[in-house]
Amino acid sequence: MGAAGNHQHRHPLSITEGGFPKTDSRLRGVSPAPTFPQGDAPISATTLTLPVLCPSPYRIIRGVDIFLQQVANGLTLGSIYALVALGYTLVYGILGLINFAHGEVVMVGALTALAASKFLLAAALPPYLVFTLAFLLAALVCMALSVIIERIAYRPLRNAPRLAPLITAIGVSIILQQLAMMLWGRSYHAMPQLLPETTFALGGVQITVIQIVIIGVAGLTMAALLVLVNRTRLGRAMRATAENPGIAALMGVDANRIIVLAFMIGSALAALAGMLVASNYGIAHYNMGFMLGLKAFTAAVLGGIGNLAGAVVGGLLLGVIEALGAGYIGDLTGGVLGSQYQDVFAFFVLIGVLVLRPAGLLGERVAERA
Amino acid sequence: MKISANTLPLVLAAVLGVAACSKEAPPSDATAPIIIRFGHAAPLTGPQAHLGKDNENGARLAMEDANAANLTFGGRAVKFELLSEDDQSDPRQGNLVAQKFVDAKVNAVIGHLNSGTTIPASRLYSNAGIPQVSPSATNPTYTDQGFKTAFRVMANDVQQGKVLGGYAVNNLQAKTIAVIDDKTAYGEGLATEFKKAAVAAGATVVAEEHTDDKSVDFKSILTTIKGKQPDLIFFGGMDPQAAPMARQIKQLGVPAKFMLGDGGCNADFMKNAADASEGIYCSLPGVPLARMAGGAKFSERYQARFKANIQSYAPYAYDAAMVLIDAAKRAQSGEPARILAELPKTDYNGVTAHILFDAKGDLKDGVISMYVGKNGAWEPLETINTAIP
Repeated sequence: MGAAGNHQHRHPLSITEGGFPKTDSRLRGVSPAPTFPQGDAPISATTLTLPVLCPSPYRIIRGVDIFLQQVANGLTLGSIYALVALGYTLVYGILGLINFAHGEVVMVGALTALAASKFLLAAALPPYLVFTLAFLLAALVCMALSVIIERIAYRPLRNAPRLAPLITAIGVSIILQQLAMMLWGRSYHAMPQLLPETTFALGGVQITVIQIVIIGVAGLTMAALLVLVNRTRLGRAMRATAENPGIAALMGVDANRIIVLAFMIGSALAALAGMLVASNYGIAHYNMGFMLGLKAFTAAVLGGIGNLAGAVVGGLLLGVIEALGAGYIGDLTGGVLGSQYQDVFAFFVLIGVLVLRPAGLLGERVAERA
Repeated sequence: MKISANTLPLVLAAVLGVAACSKEAPPSDATAPIIIRFGHAAPLTGPQAHLGKDNENGARLAMEDANAANLTFGGRAVKFELLSEDDQSDPRQGNLVAQKFVDAKVNAVIGHLNSGTTIPASRLYSNAGIPQVSPSATNPTYTDQGFKTAFRVMANDVQQGKVLGGYAVNNLQAKTIAVIDDKTAYGEGLATEFKKAAVAAGATVVAEEHTDDKSVDFKSILTTIKGKQPDLIFFGGMDPQAAPMARQIKQLGVPAKFMLGDGGCNADFMKNAADASEGIYCSLPGVPLARMAGGAKFSERYQARFKANIQSYAPYAYDAAMVLIDAAKRAQSGEPARILAELPKTDYNGVTAHILFDAKGDLKDGVISMYVGKNGAWEPLETINTAIP
């Protein structure tokens, strides 16, 4: 089946480079906190404006606490971005397509999980079981949805000029949003709290159970995905399809099946991200996927789109930059720029990274695809 | 003249026939019903869609009531129609909607919901001479521009900010205050007025942070605020941000009171903030619905008609429409100019207040009510009169 054969898939991105141990070590190297050079300056700025005169060592400890809290906030946010960014990057890596409807799949996942949780809680099941079942259901719905989207909006255009599927992707995104609005209404929905709302204080840093779950799940998923892509037969087929669908087909790889699988894995991750976001903020809304999708796409580009480790690094980095930006930009600029400029700050970093490394932090030879 | 049971259907058929024909007849036809079309603009999509739909329902209920009353102007039947448009709470889209209303020659406009859309659109309505009554735009600029067409049925932010700031300092004993706003005309305007009033009452502002009307993550700015140890945090913005903000204040263990303006003072905030709504203060212009003269009845009728609970501004949208209908009634005309001539003379006993306009188009005796979150509901505290100086 060489259906996708004549499409130019020369650059499978680093999924195919077999370089995961290498990128992995890079991942460890890019610990987000130290990359923020002004890390210490704002602390003193913060403490100087404190109206209460307190002993100086106390102020410093307090400043460090706040800094660590900001990093924890950023890591949570970044883990969510990373989970969503993995979906973007997986599809891009194999198909060279930017699936702009991915953010809406996250939204559908969140709202499905919410509806399922309410239903299952009414059936008096224990919360942990409800959490698991709701996730499974949301993942199934999202996987089915993404298969339909791929079949209707992307596959017929696989050999069309690259802009065509981009436009259908945006179209699908708008359609999904409006459908969700009709189905779930315009109101914000309260997500039932399935995990305990306990807050742990780790040396001055307040962290909730759901935050720990988010960071843990993002890490595990990333590891599982790397193993899948690099160590399994399916992963080898994926890398082969990414390299060249035509040749892969000659070698007996069913490219369509692989592409559908990539969509399904990405949307299962989206469902997971949606459920975690809804649990973390306690709300879900038909409009929640748009901004999240955009940020996650940014994270994927920052890390090097098409590169799995890059999506995670980009996500975490963007989250931490945003948190530190929002937390310190006001004091750093003496109030000239307020915390509403956190996105400006984040995109400033993005531009800086892309000027120096056009392919993103971990991306390789992908410039002509952007 | 006596009409027998046999001839009645014939007469009816004749009347209906005339009515049907008159649809195509020019408007000067003396038998044609007068169609009065009101535009309604609010966000019907996006994060504030629930509030926009709430306003639309309020306005719709008023039009249905007016139609049920079978009004006649100079012997001709009057029919009110609602033309509802989505302004996405975006000033640019708001102006497109306003232009559409102007082109469609609507007789009056109920809206917009947000100050950010109401203010730029008010210029278009003013130029076209279309009367505009906003149910919920509270930024003072709206009526300060000197447009003869701009009215509102809710106390403005100067009045509301003054009450909130005074309450924070005098009743809640807040000495240090952090202020967050969503950088919209409404949020920033209210936060500024709050700040002024709180400082005037003797408080110090220790932190000023900003977000936008799409965010849901505020942990960074709240962490910064936590470091500055305020007694009270004020947020100028709407419930989609206020609810997660309340939860995150609780999660981060910030030991400060949390206070909101009317944008967060609604049913959705209660539902979505869940446990975190306990002990949060908010204000809403007007008398609490439960204490309004026709409040309970209005609430029942709204639920029966729309199968939903009132969010917050529906009674104001109802009153805004009713004020316009009332002016049309007195003018015995749907002509924008004639409605406009009657509007300043409004003396209408509405659901939310007894509505009298001052020279600018603001409410003459705006009252503001304070509420506190208790067991998942807003419990009214006290209602404060803010006669405009």
